[in-house]
Amino acid sequence: MRQITMAEAINEALREEMRKDPNIFILGEEIGLRGGAFTCTKGLMEEFPGRVLDTPISESAIAGAAYGAALTGTKAVAEFMFSDFSFIAMDQIINSAAKSRYMFGGQATIPVVFRMSSGSGRQQAAQHSQSLEVLYAHIPGLKVIMPSTPYDAKGLLKAAINDYNPVVFLEPRVLYFKKGEVPEQEYTIPIGKGDIKRSGEDVTVVATGVMVERSLAVAEKLAREGISVEVIDPRTIRPLDTELIVASVKKTGRLIVVHEAPRTYGMAGEIIALVMEQAFDYLNAPPQRVAGHDVPIPYNRNLERLAIPLEEDIEAVVRKSLK
Amino acid sequence: MDVTTSLSKEQLTKMYYDMWIIRNFEENLLDLYQKNLAYGGMHVSVGEEAIAVGACANLKREDTIVTSHRGHGHCIAKGADLKGMMAELLARKNGLCKGKGGSQHIVDMSVGVLGAQGIVGAGCGIAVGSALSFKIRGQKNVCVNFFGDGAANTGSFHESLNMAALYSLPVVFICENNGYAVSTSFARSTKIDKISVRAGSYGMPGVTIDGNNIFEVYKTVGEAVERARQGDGPTLIEAVTYRWYGHYVGDPCTYRPPGELERWKEKDPILFLEKYLLANKLCCQEEIDGLKAAAGKAIAEALDYALASPEPEPADLFTDVYFEK
Repeated sequence: MRQITMAEAINEALREEMRKDPNIFILGEEIGLRGGAFTCTKGLMEEFPGRVLDTPISESAIAGAAYGAALTGTKAVAEFMFSDFSFIAMDQIINSAAKSRYMFGGQATIPVVFRMSSGSGRQQAAQHSQSLEVLYAHIPGLKVIMPSTPYDAKGLLKAAINDYNPVVFLEPRVLYFKKGEVPEQEYTIPIGKGDIKRSGEDVTVVATGVMVERSLAVAEKLAREGISVEVIDPRTIRPLDTELIVASVKKTGRLIVVHEAPRTYGMAGEIIALVMEQAFDYLNAPPQRVAGHDVPIPYNRNLERLAIPLEEDIEAVVRKSLK
Repeated sequence: MDVTTSLSKEQLTKMYYDMWIIRNFEENLLDLYQKNLAYGGMHVSVGEEAIAVGACANLKREDTIVTSHRGHGHCIAKGADLKGMMAELLARKNGLCKGKGGSQHIVDMSVGVLGAQGIVGAGCGIAVGSALSFKIRGQKNVCVNFFGDGAANTGSFHESLNMAALYSLPVVFICENNGYAVSTSFARSTKIDKISVRAGSYGMPGVTIDGNNIFEVYKTVGEAVERARQGDGPTLIEAVTYRWYGHYVGDPCTYRPPGELERWKEKDPILFLEKYLLANKLCCQEEIDGLKAAAGKAIAEALDYALASPEPEPADLFTDVYFEK
């Protein structure tokens, strides 16, 4: 199968959907003439004149306009260059987009996607490196997606564009230019369905974003010692594919959750709580968290590397759970 | 003003009637609030009716409005269902928002009321989105955004007006300057005398008008709506007015200088039109009384409907969080 990057996969998803539906437009900083800071929207302004808007640096108005357009039936995809910038837009994302269907008594549908690059790994320090999936996932009314492969990014973005709910779509920045298999023919991936990235019998590792490939590397290494690790990528943070995770834990009896975002009040806590509620009797060891440290992301390359889980951190916890 | 002669008697009496509907609706609310039948955050626009009615008289059904926390009047003027509104304010199941939105989130998508906003300034961005939607779809419609002087000091206002001008969007920004942002007076929150001068810095026309003169509102908004409809971009209109009952229902208004309310009551926008209708012999006193009585009756009917409406059921707590196919 052909191999393309996640940025190319995102570009294809946008292009395919915009070709099908003249009622979709995209807006954001640098997305038109420049083709996006990470090339995700390259060539789209030429192909879709009037439907690709270069905006001023106005995150609040970008989100407000995207929401307002979606509210009136025009599907909008807004790009935030860094998820950190979306804080300025959070009023519209959270107070407007997430709540209006409910507070308007079901009168509104909001087909809007807020795309944003996410995470650390490029020495951009504390205001350009955060992982905000849990902040958004905490808000009823939002759907939150974080793909870890070009294949998942394309299929999920297409689903997000066609969903009539506001979706926050987090794209791990360090994965933009990594290649993966993506078929030529069209496909979508349903929102809310996780994926077993590697089947295993001894321990379940739930990982998101960049942590998926790290967990897979650990699984590969441990397989050589006869340890069988199942790696699950929920892909959608909200709604979470609880069923898939619980079924896996019932099989393996062990759970480790790995994420880049800080540990405290993080996704691992939520997933572990769900498993404790639904599969406590199946557990053979205490569930464990492997997560980012509770620090802002530092500039220094070595410190930055240490701020989020490394393969050896994941490996150590997997081994500990098997003792 | 020549605009007065261009309005038919029917148009003028409709404006007069609509203003009474708004006032009756809101003065009833004050009473319902006292009785704890309506509750929570509630902001009334009594004294500001000419802006809602004068502005919306220029709009078509397919045009849209985005309003603020003080939005009952705008919703009514745009044609929102009165019974559904009253039922919503009484938190009933067949309210426009099924009893889950209340005063600050009143919406009626069927007539282009895109919702009241509980966050000051947020509406400006949403209006830009509605206008963008019209432009992308090639529709010759207009979005009118009502907000207060408080909103004019938010970042959203600045970003949105710049963006609306940049893309020449069909939107009319109407700042109802009622002199106070909560209890902070305009002079204590803003260095300039007129909000409208900001329009120039965004590259759009701006004007300050008497918000209690319905003819001035109708004419100014009409020109701005026409400009927007023709694709010539947004306008900022500052309509100077006053809210009789303060920021929220129950506001003791201790921040007002003595005599201020009384001076503004002399400039009652409804009385202004009434005097005009009588002086120009467009209506006799009997007709005026008839219109007032009809407005009172319409509100009484809306109230009867609302009072007869059921409360939401516990299971309704969980509906409409997400759209499900």
